[in-house]
Amino acid sequence: MIVTQFLVLAAALFALGVFGLLARRNAVMVLLAVELMLNAVNLNLVAFEAVIRDVLASGQVFAIFVITVAAAEVGVGLSIVLMIFRNRTSANVDELDLMKW
Amino acid sequence: MTLSEWISNPQNWAFLVLGGLTLGAGFVVVTSRNVVHAALALVGALAATAGLFLLLSAEFVAWVLVLVYIGSVVILFLFGIMITRAPIGREAAVDHVRRWPALIAAVALFGVLASVAWAAFETTQLVGVGEGTSTDLLGESLLGRYVLPFEAVSFLLLAALIGGITLARKDTSPAEEEATARDRGLAAR
Repeated sequence: MIVTQFLVLAAALFALGVFGLLARRNAVMVLLAVELMLNAVNLNLVAFEAVIRDVLASGQVFAIFVITVAAAEVGVGLSIVLMIFRNRTSANVDELDLMKW
Repeated sequence: MTLSEWISNPQNWAFLVLGGLTLGAGFVVVTSRNVVHAALALVGALAATAGLFLLLSAEFVAWVLVLVYIGSVVILFLFGIMITRAPIGREAAVDHVRRWPALIAAVALFGVLASVAWAAFETTQLVGVGEGTSTDLLGESLLGRYVLPFEAVSFLLLAALIGGITLARKDTSPAEEEATARDRGLAAR
């Protein structure tokens, strides 16, 4: 196996995430797309680790850090969406134009 | 290395199957009109990614992904969908009207990333595939060299937990509480 095949797959996954992030209106679906992008990053980190194989297993350690940060991000993100939904009875990101100039 | 050499390696068949599953499920995540289906497709994408991690001999990360993502993050999403009354069932307006620029941006990004990856690595072989990374090594690294980031990340998780609770709980001022109590009293009478 070569490393490029994993990198190209991760790039495709990341591009799918970017598309979802830009095209979705519902805030929960935007967060789902962000998860997809973070997953692509994890795939990259683990693939690089399989090339370098350093003594600290840095790639895998960083993948674990990314997973942890993603879990924190989902927790805070969903509670923000919940707050917005309570105040405006809508979780659509394009209707949140209160601070738009 | 030619394409026939590449395809003759059974590991690459596994890669093609798992990669196809990941991309297919990811496609459903970003195109499904039903939020619950999108969240469940994310489970599929993550499970296939865990399979790819196993292929890259990163067993611990694969199971962490299954436990943390499929076990808790997706459950959290399903709760979020239920609470925010996101459009469960088919709904026409889950996407922006202008989704074609988004598609162009995504395709362009893929083109750039994939060509840069190919230009940088070409046919660099992976090493130590099938040997496995010992969890021993990972644990020593995590609590040795990387102990400071580890503690920072655990602090971040605690802060996010507290922040999530503070944001999501219903705040009522004492005056409001008094008002609701009075209303209830009136209703009872």
